[in-house]
Amino acid sequence: MDTILGMFEIFVDDWNNVLMLLLEHIYMSFTGVLFAILIGVPLAVAMTKSKVLAQSIQVLINLVQTIPSLALLLIVLIFLGLGYQTVIVALFCYSLMPIIQNSFVGLSNVDRNLIEAGIGMGMTSRQLLFQVKIPLSMPVILAGIRVALVIAVGIATIGTLVGAGGLGKLIYRGIATSNDAKLLAGAIPAALLAILLDSVVGRLEKKLNRSRRHAA
Amino acid sequence: MIVFDKVSKSYGDSVVIKELSFMIGKGELFVLIGASGCGKTTTMKMINRLIEPSSGKISIDSQDISFTDPVMLRRDIGYVIQQIGLFPHMTIEQNVALVPKLKNMNPAAYMKRVDELLNMVGLDPTLFKRRYPSELSGGQQQRVGVIRALAADPPIILMDEPFSALDPISREQLQDELTGLQKQIHKTIVFVTHDMDEALKIADRICMLKDGKIIQIGTPHELVNQPQNESVIDFIGRKRLQRNHSAYSGHTGG
Ligand SMILES: Nc1ncnc2c1ncn2[C@@H]1O[C@H](COP(=O)(O)OP(=O)(O)OP(=O)(O)O)[C@@H](O)[C@H]1O
Ligand SMILES: [Mg+2]
Repeated sequence: MDTILGMFEIFVDDWNNVLMLLLEHIYMSFTGVLFAILIGVPLAVAMTKSKVLAQSIQVLINLVQTIPSLALLLIVLIFLGLGYQTVIVALFCYSLMPIIQNSFVGLSNVDRNLIEAGIGMGMTSRQLLFQVKIPLSMPVILAGIRVALVIAVGIATIGTLVGAGGLGKLIYRGIATSNDAKLLAGAIPAALLAILLDSVVGRLEKKLNRSRRHAA
Repeated sequence: MIVFDKVSKSYGDSVVIKELSFMIGKGELFVLIGASGCGKTTTMKMINRLIEPSSGKISIDSQDISFTDPVMLRRDIGYVIQQIGLFPHMTIEQNVALVPKLKNMNPAAYMKRVDELLNMVGLDPTLFKRRYPSELSGGQQQRVGVIRALAADPPIILMDEPFSALDPISREQLQDELTGLQKQIHKTIVFVTHDMDEALKIADRICMLKDGKIIQIGTPHELVNQPQNESVIDFIGRKRLQRNHSAYSGHTGG
């Protein structure tokens, strides 16, 4: 009970610090995921056009995914040094997999009849991509983004180890000084952030799915 | 006018369309009929270049279509696919207005046209325009599929078994609507079906295919009264031949 009260004490006394760490946390996670979307979705589009590319990218991503997050962070550290850029690049690497995977699956599973209807009506391949394929696979792409965000919020907590901020700062300081209240003051906002993002994006997916049910 | 000149299509070793030669006149409702797998869809999709012939030539108004830009060609040919193919993420209005929009037509003009077309098939625009396809019945969706092909006012319309998924009553109703519509709009319609009743009812001329070859082309009257061989007789059905003989004996077709 004391630790929980201690945690609230930190929120009240030190709220501007906690808020700053939370914002840093959001900044790192969002930037990593944003870059993963900007690179991952176009890559998935390219993968639907070339089997060779699809297979090689899949192998590469699975390889990255097997590297433990701390090890990946250290590898990136060697190249980019201490700071936010290192965390963001690591988060980007982890977010790529769910985003590429989902976008690829979503884009490849668009109803072939609808694609043929689009082509038959005189759409160019660009119009087909932006007006048919992407909108129809949007719920699946969003599900990938949702997973990526949740993973990123979790992994961003170790950012403090390479000189970036974020809620991990409180968690690791709490561990180092055996201060459970401090640990919770970092861990609980991070968990709530993950839950919040999960439900907001999840709701968006549902909303899209509802209006886009397939015609019989 | 659409002209097929010795058009063949093969996939690997199997030849699915064998040297088809025929012409479809302007304003004609031309029905392609035959058993499943005989090549109806393949023949039709060669007209809007969804499928390229292996040999032979197809021309529209004396222009060889292999030299035209397929995207531009398709925007001038209405297309109703076998499975309706309405886009589930677009409203009825957006679906119907799609080709006019692709052609950069004037939005005010085509929005008015969407209303006209919906009214024409008995769907109240104020009620249906903003709905999604999933909020319509099968028959209503099929009507939208048909008017979507008409929206940009193309001279040619391709329809691949547009009514086959419907119950018999809606099907008959839509057939009546189509023939009624055709009297007003005089499009060149290529209509694929495997239903002989449907073909006899709506066609100006019927082209019967078997294994990628034409076995007879003629008006419903000609097919019923002068079936050229056993295959035609089998497909029309002996019973129907006796029953329909009188019904079509006064009809001159065309
Ligand atoms: N991509 C393809 N590769 C190989 N064979 C094909 C291909 N597409 C069609 N075929 C074959 O060509 C023949 C004609 O097919 P098509 O789709 O034109 O038939 P259909 O008359 O429309 O039949 P249905 O009434 O069942 O729709 C069939 O035997 C089919 O198996
Ligand atoms: Mg077919």
